[in-house]
Amino acid sequence: MSKKYRVLIGKPGLDGHDRGAKVIAQALRDHGFEVIYTGIRRSPAEIAAAAVQEDVDAVGLSSLSGAHLRLFPAVVEELAKAGADDIVVVGGGVIPEDDIATLKEAGVREIFTPGATLEDVVNAFQGVCEKK
Amino acid sequence: MNISNVIEGVSRRDPRSIGRAISIVENHDPGAQAILDSLDAEKIAACLVVGITGLPGAGKSTLTAQLIKEYRSQKKRIGIVAVDPSSPLSGGALLGDRVRMMNHALDRDVVIRSMATRGRLGGVCGSAGAAVRIMAQSGCEVVLIETVGVGQSEMDIVRMADLTAMVLAPGLGDDIQAMKAGLLEVADILVVNKADLRGADALVLDMESVAQQRQERQGRSTRVCSTIANQGQGVAALAQSFKEINGQFQHSGEKAQRRLQARRYEVIDWAVELIRPRIADRVAQKQGFCGDPMLLAQDILAELGVESKK
Ligand SMILES: Nc1nc2c(ncn2[C@@H]2O[C@H](COP(=O)(O)OP(=O)(O)O)[C@@H](O)[C@H]2O)c(=O)[nH]1
Repeated sequence: MSKKYRVLIGKPGLDGHDRGAKVIAQALRDHGFEVIYTGIRRSPAEIAAAAVQEDVDAVGLSSLSGAHLRLFPAVVEELAKAGADDIVVVGGGVIPEDDIATLKEAGVREIFTPGATLEDVVNAFQGVCEKK
Repeated sequence: MNISNVIEGVSRRDPRSIGRAISIVENHDPGAQAILDSLDAEKIAACLVVGITGLPGAGKSTLTAQLIKEYRSQKKRIGIVAVDPSSPLSGGALLGDRVRMMNHALDRDVVIRSMATRGRLGGVCGSAGAAVRIMAQSGCEVVLIETVGVGQSEMDIVRMADLTAMVLAPGLGDDIQAMKAGLLEVADILVVNKADLRGADALVLDMESVAQQRQERQGRSTRVCSTIANQGQGVAALAQSFKEINGQFQHSGEKAQRRLQARRYEVIDWAVELIRPRIADRVAQKQGFCGDPMLLAQDILAELGVESKK
């Protein structure tokens, strides 16, 4: 990988578990990404503001609380407001099949459900960053 | 986003433009030159650049977050460049310093940028230096460069600052002994953090004797401060020390001297960084080449028109 891809991993919402997000952040680092990690319990506006300052290629969101339908699209909107609609948003977590189409329509490029392997996730990040 | 929009946006303090400008320069993308050309030397000169270094776990990012709070209470716009090493195996990096600074994420007068060393021979100094100047151009009055004090490239980064604080903490005992000789040399302030923990008083005494020795041997004065970063204690006094030392350095000419030296380092870093791909190309062309590496390097430099033999 010659060009360095920068990605931000964030956890919007109130649930306090970030083991999954950290595992993904480490896997991305081990595949050559520069990963900015922002910790738990952040608002969509805070995550978007950090993504803009860090000028990342993509933002990965994780949510286990069930609030993804509100939180993921909110990050997409905040990025657009900041003039950064080219920063790709992907998301993962406990997300019912039925919500996937809604999220994609709202501008979330890829959705990972608990069945996805780490390899799937890394490949998806690679894909969205390359396509940029 | 075209380059003139980015340039104009940096001065307008637009976060998107500042973020783009730093990336464009870091990646040597087209437009880097125009951005660097646009920077105002006066704004850069007026900005206070403080290096914050120390061992992992000493409390650098906690302290940096508290310093943000302190400077914001003084209504100062502040920039942070947080440098972490890239993984030598994958080339990737996990940049987590922001976690402790996220409370300021919505404050547009706090500009934070995480940066990986990308395994460059000090080349990160060039990128970090450019980031500092772009932040200054956007109106930052203070920029903190935070970096782990373990390797040479980290120490190079510290050289770019007007003054440097070394963060220490009790419980990192042997490591501090190991660092004393080399790394303590660069510090203008020794910050004993975690003053709430056992062993802090002894560490302060120890550092005061280091400071005294340095005064005797080199005629250089070094301050020793103590802080409890996670409670914000001692932080206002630390910022006040930065201000006073900066004033002294301005008065004595030390500041101008350091800036000049930093510029020299940066120019060297950039020169090496910029010629590196051309050297790598030549090396790749010479398939199955044998002979002494140093002689081959000299040949390649000669081919590129660079005289390297004495
Ligand atoms: N007891 C105590 N712990 C602190 C203090 N400052 C920071 N810490 C803790 O020390 C750990 C390392 O701090 P961090 O800022 O991440 O260190 P860094 O690796 O140098 O950036 C964290 O768990 C902090 O909460 C302090 O003054 N006292």
